[in-house]
Amino acid sequence: MTDSPLLGHAPKRGIAALPGLVSDTTALTKRNLLMFRRVPQLLVFATIQPIIFVLMFRFVFGGAINVPNGSYVDFLMPGVFVQTVVFGAVGTAIGLAADLKTGFIERFKALPMAHSSVLIARILSDLTRNIFVVTLMTSVGFAVGFRVHTNPAQFLLAVLLLLAFGAALSFIFATVGIMVREPETAQAAAFPVMAPLVFASSAFVPVESMPGWLQPFAANQPVSAVITAVRSLVLGGPAVSDVLIATAWCVGIVAVAAPSAIWMYRKAV
Amino acid sequence: MTSMPELAIQAQQIRKNFGKVVALDGVNLSVPVGQIFGLLGPNGAGKTTMIRVLTTVLRADSGTATVMGRSVSHEAPSVRGLIGLAGQYAALDPNLTGRENLRLVGSLTQISGRVAAQRSDELLERFSLSDAGNRLVRTYSGGMRRRLDLAAALVHRPPVIFLDEPTTGLDPESRVELWAVIKELVADGATILLTTQYMEEADRLADQLAVIDHGAVIAEGTPTELKRRLGSSVIELGFADDATATRAAELLAGTSTEEPHVTGRGVQIKSNEGTKLLTRLLRTLDQGGIEPETLTVHEPSLDDVFLSLTGKPTEDSAPPVEAAGKRGRGAR
Repeated sequence: MTDSPLLGHAPKRGIAALPGLVSDTTALTKRNLLMFRRVPQLLVFATIQPIIFVLMFRFVFGGAINVPNGSYVDFLMPGVFVQTVVFGAVGTAIGLAADLKTGFIERFKALPMAHSSVLIARILSDLTRNIFVVTLMTSVGFAVGFRVHTNPAQFLLAVLLLLAFGAALSFIFATVGIMVREPETAQAAAFPVMAPLVFASSAFVPVESMPGWLQPFAANQPVSAVITAVRSLVLGGPAVSDVLIATAWCVGIVAVAAPSAIWMYRKAV
Repeated sequence: MTSMPELAIQAQQIRKNFGKVVALDGVNLSVPVGQIFGLLGPNGAGKTTMIRVLTTVLRADSGTATVMGRSVSHEAPSVRGLIGLAGQYAALDPNLTGRENLRLVGSLTQISGRVAAQRSDELLERFSLSDAGNRLVRTYSGGMRRRLDLAAALVHRPPVIFLDEPTTGLDPESRVELWAVIKELVADGATILLTTQYMEEADRLADQLAVIDHGAVIAEGTPTELKRRLGSSVIELGFADDATATRAAELLAGTSTEEPHVTGRGVQIKSNEGTKLLTRLLRTLDQGGIEPETLTVHEPSLDDVFLSLTGKPTEDSAPPVEAAGKRGRGAR
């Protein structure tokens, strides 16, 4: 196949297409990140809300909650970290739904670009947002008395686990966003799914304080699994099996949600 | 070396169903290089579906289509390098500036950042958006969004351009402006396939027209050929009473190729001559001492074209602007 000035360029395939994939992903990730500056409300939802939770539970409800050992704020913060990435993942749904609604993605479909870059860039920009938000929440935690009882390496591992969980959830919410195609609907559709996962978990109260019928779910669902692992990593104690379980959840979610997101995206327009 | 194809777009027996709904029912199209080809039809006729098939966005159930000799199904990535698409809704990021939108599209079409930047400035200039280039698109008017959307379709200099209802929902001034741009593009050597619901637009722009209804092409030809076959304007005169109308009709018999038709106090005359006949009619009436009270001239509309092609009116005969609004997107 020859390239003539009028006929444009035939896109490359296979390994030769990699530079295209990288540059397309870079361009789209930059654009997604620019949105946080242009539409600050996107970040407000992801930051103000967890800060309010921290203040509320630390200073209002915390005194009434008994935790097995140590202080409540040390128990609380790992829960808030996980809550933050769970609620943040809705942003993935909102972003993709908005791009479908404006017809931006339909335009992409007719462009000689690497189409997988749309999903990859969305996951990457939401990962970047999570790094920012988790850093912010860590500072807030330190400000209200939270302390890491292990070592920096284990804390870093906890952060990586949080980010991995956030990225895994992004695939679920990418599927949701493509399905509903309306940013407002995406937000509304996500809440009833997320609320039980976040609140019927060990995030704010010990699972043992819940009614017996709820305990098996609350103790074993993915959000609790990740919280437990993060707690073990930052507060001390045997962490290996907790981390393995949490990692297994991340891998399992990606294994199911990534193909479904890709399939939905292919079908979307 | 591949030789230059003579046909920019060729489609054979394209079929597409959405569930039980037949969107395209065996459409054939041939568009020579350098032409403006108009696809004319009402809402839901299959125009947009056809564009989506030809631009590789949607896969047809059966049939073959090529753009510049390359198959839209088997060589889709290659076809995408040759086409520009401006859809019905301005598909832009409202939270980027006009310039950022163009550069983003540029960087996604595998042209270098420097070239994309230069090309973006050029296009902003050409579409009179230079001053607005650094403003967020969400602050743009409908006309500005459409111009930017068209500019975005041209960043990588595609030789074949698809425009899906480029002027639906635009004010008359912006419409005329966009028509000028389209003519300019063809003068530069591009081939354009555009869809429209407006007979006037098809008439002004298209070298060749296909009328599409229920997913099938029901007539094809140059605008002049089609109008000769299909349309005639109708002149309607209203008089003080039935008797005067009857007398007027007798007087006017023979002025046109078609005989006058009396309906109560009104007289209708069909004609292909337009204003020439009008002068003759009024002069004849004046000489006979009859003064009409009302006068209306109906130019052949898309509805008339449909009526004469299918024997039934279009299903969706809402006014075009409202019809565009009903889709709920774009055109604000």
